[in-house]
Amino acid sequence: MLSLWLNVIAGGVLIGLVYGLVALGLTIIFGVMRVVNFAHGEMVVFGIYIGYWTVRIWDVPIVLAAAIAAVVMFVFGYLLETLVVKRFVNRPHHYQFIVFIGLSLLFSGVLLMSFGPDPRPTASQLSFQTVSVGPLTLDWARIQAAATAGLLIAALGAYLKYSAFGRSLRGAANNRLGGLVVGLNIPRVYAVTFGIGTACAGVAGALISPLFDAQPYLAVDFTLLAFVTVIVGGLGSFGGALLGGLTIGVAEAIAALMFTPSMKTALPYALLIIILIFRPRGFFGAKDI
Amino acid sequence: MQRTSDQASDIKRWGAGALVFAALAVVGGMSNAYVISLLTIVLLLTFMGQSWNLMLGIGGQLSIGHALFVGIGAYAVAILNIKYGVTPWIGLLLGAVIAGFVGAVLAWLSFRFEVRGIYFALLTIAAAEFARIMFGGWDYVGGMQGLFYQAPSGAIDLGMLRGDARFYYFVALALAAIGVAGTELISRSYWGYVWRAMRDDDEAARALGVRTFRHKVLVVSISAATAAIGGGVLGLVQGAIFPDSIMGMAISVDVLIGPVVGGLGTAFGPLVGSMAAIPLHHAMGALGDALGLPGLNSVAYGAVLILVVWFLPDGIWPSIVRLYGAIQLPARGRIPQLRKVEE
Repeated sequence: MLSLWLNVIAGGVLIGLVYGLVALGLTIIFGVMRVVNFAHGEMVVFGIYIGYWTVRIWDVPIVLAAAIAAVVMFVFGYLLETLVVKRFVNRPHHYQFIVFIGLSLLFSGVLLMSFGPDPRPTASQLSFQTVSVGPLTLDWARIQAAATAGLLIAALGAYLKYSAFGRSLRGAANNRLGGLVVGLNIPRVYAVTFGIGTACAGVAGALISPLFDAQPYLAVDFTLLAFVTVIVGGLGSFGGALLGGLTIGVAEAIAALMFTPSMKTALPYALLIIILIFRPRGFFGAKDI
Repeated sequence: MQRTSDQASDIKRWGAGALVFAALAVVGGMSNAYVISLLTIVLLLTFMGQSWNLMLGIGGQLSIGHALFVGIGAYAVAILNIKYGVTPWIGLLLGAVIAGFVGAVLAWLSFRFEVRGIYFALLTIAAAEFARIMFGGWDYVGGMQGLFYQAPSGAIDLGMLRGDARFYYFVALALAAIGVAGTELISRSYWGYVWRAMRDDDEAARALGVRTFRHKVLVVSISAATAAIGGGVLGLVQGAIFPDSIMGMAISVDVLIGPVVGGLGTAFGPLVGSMAAIPLHHAMGALGDALGLPGLNSVAYGAVLILVVWFLPDGIWPSIVRLYGAIQLPARGRIPQLRKVEE
C-alpha cells in the first residue's frame, strides 16, 4: 500500500514538472506583457503533434523531438506576436481575452482540419519502458520528460536572471514605461517573450507525446490546466508556476487513485475555484490585474 | 427642445425595433424548415447573448462560463418535465431562480475577496467546466448519455410549451424581443446608470455612494437567471440534453459571440451579431463536412472574433449606426477603453 502511494506521488511529481513548464510559458507571457493567453493549450497540442510526427517519421529520441518543438514553436510564437497579438497588447483585458478565445478556436479548427478528430495513439516504444528504483516503478518516458522539463525550467530561470536579455525582459515586466525611457526595444522584448512562452508549451507537449494520445480536443483541457497551475502558484510568479505544477500533478495523481476517473478531470477545476475564492493571488503572485 | 428630440429618437428606436421583429415574424410564417430551425437557434442565442451583454456590456463583468447558467436552466426544465411531467413553465422559473442563486453566490464569493477581471472570468469557466463534469458523472440526470424529451406530437400546447418547429420559432422570437426591449429598458433605468458607472470606474461610483458590491452581485445574478431561461427553451427545442453540448465551452462561445460581433452594451448588437455569426458558423460547418474539413466552422468563428475586435472593436451595430446616422447612438452604448494598469 505504501509503495503504491509512493509510486503515485512520484508519478505526480514527474508529470507536475512538465505542467510546471507549461505554466511557466503562460506566466512569463502574462508577467511581461500582461496578456492572458487563452490559446496556450493549443500550443501544447501543437507540441504533442510535433513530438508524435518527429518520433513517428524519423524515430528520433524524445529529447531531440522536444528541441525541434522548441525551435518551431518559438518561431511560431514570435510571428504570432508580431503579426496579431501586438495589436491587442494595450487593449482592455476583456478584448484581449476575446481575441485569445478567437485564436484558440482558430488553432483548434486548424488542428481538426489537419489531423482529424480521432486520437492517434503514440508510436513510440518509450511509452512501454519502465525503470525500477527501490520500491518505485516509473515510466521511462515520464522520467525523461520530467528531467528535461526540470533542466529547462532551471536554465530559463538562470537565463532570465543573468543574461542581458533577461534583464531587459524583467525590466519590461516591472515597468513598461520605464523600459521605454531607458531605450529598451519593447516590441522585440514582447515578441521574444511570447516566443519563449509558446516554446515552453510546445516543448512540454513534445515531452508528453509518448504519454498522451495526440488529439485536437485536448487543447481546452491543457489551457485550463495551465491556468489552474498558474493561479495556484500566483499569476506572474516564476517559482509559483513550478510549485503550482507539482501541486496539480500530485493532486491529480492522488485523486485518480482515491476517486473515480471523472473526479480526476474535475479536480483541477475544483482546486481553481477554491483557490480563486480563498487565495486569489495564489501562493506567490502579488500583482493585481 | 432637447426633450422633443429625445422623444423623436425614442420613437425611431422603438419603431425600428418593432419593424425588425415584425419582419422576423413574417419570415417565420413563410420560411422552410431549415431556415426556421436555424433562426430559432439564432434568436435564442440573441436572448442569451443579451443576458451576457447585460453582464459585460453594461455591468462590466466578463463571464466565459455562461454555459453553466444555460445548462442549469436546461436541466431544471428537463428533469422536472421528463421525470415528473411538470410543465416547463415551472421548470423555467425554477431554473432561473437556481441559476440566479448560483450566479449570486459565485459573484458574492469572488467580489467579496476582490476576485475581479480576468480572475472572475476564469472562475466562471472553472465553475462551468466543473459542473459539466459533475453532471456527466451524475446518473440521476443520465450522465453523459443525457436526457431526452418525448418526441413532440406536433400539436401546439402552450401550457406544456410543446409544439412544432414553427411554434418554437415564435417562442424564441418572443424571447429575443423581450431581451432587446429589456436591455433597452434596463439600460435607461436607475440600475442601468449605476451599472455603467461601476463598469466605467468602480472607485468613482463608490465615491458617489453606489454600493457597487451588491450591484455587481445583482447584475451577475440577473444575467445568470435570464441565461437559464434561454437554456431551458434551448433544451426543449433541441429535444435532448447532454452535459457536453449544453454546458460545454462551445455554448459559452456561442453566447458571447453575438454581443461581441454585434456591439457590446447595445440593445440591438446581440441580435445583429447573432444573425451574422451563427449562420456563418452553420454554413462553414456544412461546407467543412462537404469538403471533409471538420474544423472549418471553428476556424471561421475564431477569425470572426479576431477580426471584429481588431477592426470593429465597438461591433457591427454601432458602425452601421454611425454610417447611416439614422439613429443617434447614445454615449452609453460604448464601452470605453479601460485604463491599463501600470505599476
